[in-house]
Amino acid sequence: MVKKAKKTVKRQVMFTFPEKLITEPLIYNLGIQFHVVTNIRRADVTESKGWVVLELEGDETDIEKGLAWMTGKGVRVDPVVGDIVEG
Amino acid sequence: MSYTRVLRCRKCGQEYPIKPMNLCELCLSPLEVTYDYQAMRGAVSREKFASGPISMWRYKDLLPVEDDVIDIGTGYTPLTKATNLGKELGLEQLYIKNDGVNPTYSFKDRPVSTGVTKAREFGFKAVACASTGNLAASVAAHAAKARMKAYVFVPSNTEPGKLVGAAIYGPTLVVVKGSYDDVNRLCSTLAQRYKWGFININLRPYYAEGSKTLAYEVVEQLGWRAPDCVVYPVGSGLSFTRIWKGLGELAMLGLTGPVNTHMYLVQAAGASPIVNAFQSGSQHVNPVIPNTVATSIAMGNPADGYYALKIARESEGGACAVTDEELIAGMKLLAQTEGIFAEATGGAVIASLKKLAAAGTIKKDQVTVAYITGAGPRSQEVVSDIVKPFVVEPNLESFEKVLGNEITK
Repeated sequence: MVKKAKKTVKRQVMFTFPEKLITEPLIYNLGIQFHVVTNIRRADVTESKGWVVLELEGDETDIEKGLAWMTGKGVRVDPVVGDIVEG
Repeated sequence: MSYTRVLRCRKCGQEYPIKPMNLCELCLSPLEVTYDYQAMRGAVSREKFASGPISMWRYKDLLPVEDDVIDIGTGYTPLTKATNLGKELGLEQLYIKNDGVNPTYSFKDRPVSTGVTKAREFGFKAVACASTGNLAASVAAHAAKARMKAYVFVPSNTEPGKLVGAAIYGPTLVVVKGSYDDVNRLCSTLAQRYKWGFININLRPYYAEGSKTLAYEVVEQLGWRAPDCVVYPVGSGLSFTRIWKGLGELAMLGLTGPVNTHMYLVQAAGASPIVNAFQSGSQHVNPVIPNTVATSIAMGNPADGYYALKIARESEGGACAVTDEELIAGMKLLAQTEGIFAEATGGAVIASLKKLAAAGTIKKDQVTVAYITGAGPRSQEVVSDIVKPFVVEPNLESFEKVLGNEITK
């Protein structure tokens, strides 16, 4: 069986963390579990809130799975470009 | 020839050549078009603008385009002194800038005309957007005029009737099975994969600049003076920031005096992340899930929220949110005092204006401009309860009986 070639892509996203997840090492786990390179560019994290703007690099499917996992954990995931759908 | 210089990151100042891109590669912040204002200063004058076309393109020297423009007749929309509404609200110098009379019935024709012109200059064969209303119609119309292909993406829960205003221009309409967020994600991926001019992604810095004409026109129509107060509806925050930029440019070019305009941004309470940040004193705009009938400004994660917030604060203006009930009342009030039927977003502007005037935040003698950014028919379903006709038999007796005191003698 021919193994499907992996396609490396970059994705720029913003994570917004609720208070209860501030101390969790979620970005580290995202990188480890889904083989995604996480490259933080801007962030503001305090004891009560946190947002991180970062670039993800990896296999497209892995990134999708990783983002779904983050969402499942309770992190809000948005494209860095903001909402694209306009009225 | 334009006076465009480079793209510059609004956060870290990193510069890039003029090309289709919207994010700084270093800090992933939005990029903005910069100009050679010194050269521009020698080329522009009030007289030159006045002798230009009766459209937004009289200000071409201040916009980032090189050659022939894609123009469907946008801009130079009426600025009307709102005497009746002013009396209701206690404002003696109130003006309405009615951008609902643009070719596709919203202010979006201004940025889209600029964005599609730039798309053609860059050699794109196709333009794209994700929208359920005004943006979709405008992109499709300009693509038709430019003889370019247009892709319009919409979430699957959009009512088919809402899409007629875009579909009439013949774009490729794509319904995406999923939520708004799913459409956002898909479009983000498509923008990287295909060589399209995505109007509010890789063309965003150029698209944005067209909204500066909202400021230029008002200043010219007021006899070359900046208003004391601007009240403007905000979704992504982009055009709010460009009105401020436009005002600043006119002062910098010596076309008007110093700008002391107080900038008030307006959101619907069901989608008010920027107002929330303003009121809580925060510098960060936390995303929300939008829920309002004012769909033109229903954005939960505003790309330029941070910058719009900053302008509201720095200009000593403010931020105001109104409920759907209040904004519907605002639509009715504007229509019944000034004869202007605005979309729901315009109702939010009038309802906010009412609050700001009642609180004394906007003073009665301040020259205040309220922007109506879209026409009413696109959101007429939210005021359908207004239709309460008298039903009469086709004879005089019935007419007089049913209408009674309603008959003017």
